[in-house]
Amino acid sequence: MTTKPLPEHPDFLWRNPEPRSSYDVVIVGAGGHGLATAYYLAKNHGITSVAVLEKGWLAGGNMARNTTIIRSNYLWDESAAIYEHALKLWEGLPAELDYDFLFSQRGVLNLAHTLQDVREGMRRVGANVLNGVDAQWLGPDEVAEVCPILNVSPRTRYPVLGGTFQPRAGIAKHDHVAWALARRADELGVDLIQGCEVTGFLKDGDRVVGVETNRGRILTGRIGLAAAGHSSLLAQRAGFRLPVQSHPLQALVSELHEPVHPTVVMSNHVHVYVSQAHKGELVMGAGVDAYNGYGQRGSFHVIEQQMAAAVELFPVFARAHVLRTWGGIVDVTPDASPIIGRTPVENLYVNCGWGTGGFKATPAAGWTFAHTIATGEPHPLNAPFALERFTTGALIDEHGAAAVAH
Amino acid sequence: MLLISCPWCGPRDETEYHYGGQAHVPHPENPESLTDEQWAEYVFYRDNPRGPFAERWVHSTGCRRWFNVLRDTVTYEVLAVYRLDEPRPELPQAGGNR
Repeated sequence: MTTKPLPEHPDFLWRNPEPRSSYDVVIVGAGGHGLATAYYLAKNHGITSVAVLEKGWLAGGNMARNTTIIRSNYLWDESAAIYEHALKLWEGLPAELDYDFLFSQRGVLNLAHTLQDVREGMRRVGANVLNGVDAQWLGPDEVAEVCPILNVSPRTRYPVLGGTFQPRAGIAKHDHVAWALARRADELGVDLIQGCEVTGFLKDGDRVVGVETNRGRILTGRIGLAAAGHSSLLAQRAGFRLPVQSHPLQALVSELHEPVHPTVVMSNHVHVYVSQAHKGELVMGAGVDAYNGYGQRGSFHVIEQQMAAAVELFPVFARAHVLRTWGGIVDVTPDASPIIGRTPVENLYVNCGWGTGGFKATPAAGWTFAHTIATGEPHPLNAPFALERFTTGALIDEHGAAAVAH
Repeated sequence: MLLISCPWCGPRDETEYHYGGQAHVPHPENPESLTDEQWAEYVFYRDNPRGPFAERWVHSTGCRRWFNVLRDTVTYEVLAVYRLDEPRPELPQAGGNR
């Protein structure tokens, strides 16, 4: 293995147009999900009078702050369906978008350290196989074969008792994913408007007819919110509530190292997830900070705990250094599953609540959200993820079931 | 790491506490009379403000008592700490436009 240089940037990515006075559809938020939604609105539904409004810069929020893990080994049928749809789209997107964003299917290991972990993992592998998701149960020796630098000795505090493995899972270069989607959306006629913050919504009765922004009023027939941690603030401006809480989620990278880590390793119990980016830095993350926060930073003890877990699992990392840490703002729902669908405000749609797992879903979030906005009806894949489930009780409870604690 | 002053034990590191979410959410007086929408509101919907937020904390590794904290969710500054039998303190510039 050698480290792989990043591909050269294309000469041209997108225009920076002035906002027009009206569009058929306005998407709020030019992160991965907003860009994918605009791309699929144009490609799948022929709707090209679309503006994507971004208060900061393109893909500068959670799209720039995640740990780039892509997998679909979720327990529940509804989750497996939408994440597996995403994974299949990921497999075709580099060619479709003509942009090598370094999608690398190096597999993901979810380690088990307790009897309960083992039972949960075996159950999830069974559910995954029934749902057509590639999944295997590996014993400690097989885990060591997949990832030789893992310490699978029985003498550690929380020995590795086995793990689930999804070979088709992997990582991608997150910024390039956003740029690939943005470039193609722009080519199809979508206006990507940065530095444009939505400050209010124009309504005609219960119907939304436009947005107020710091760059003027924009009229539109339909609006899609894709603003992650800031979704509940936008909802409040539009006059409804969302059952989400915004938390800091921290991650960190080391300095560059020779390639030593061939896959992605996640451990729920000691709680860290680790991969090695193409350039060579070790990328690590863990759970959210417990408190609500919009500060894009968290508490240092959360970083300390995930590094302690990483060094326990990977003794070879003991002398690596933390190069930088950062935080994003993730919107967490009560059942740790996203909300994609209609809102109490007519013609206003929401895609939010992805919590700690939004990056991997980028293409499927865009695909289903575009369908919902274009037709006014949810796609079969996102119908179960409607806001109404918190009233009907039909929750999709991925807390602890999704192979990571949130 | 946050430094939070327990009303009984004084200033301690955040790691001694656990978070309890939004404060001042009373249990419905007549749960059986609520509609599904009202019940969903009570069980699943909480405020998520940018700025001052009244929230519950418990001093898990200390006196193990619950109390309320008024904290800014942008700066993370602890603005006030008060017991459950005390009203939410008035802040001079509470809300602001952060």
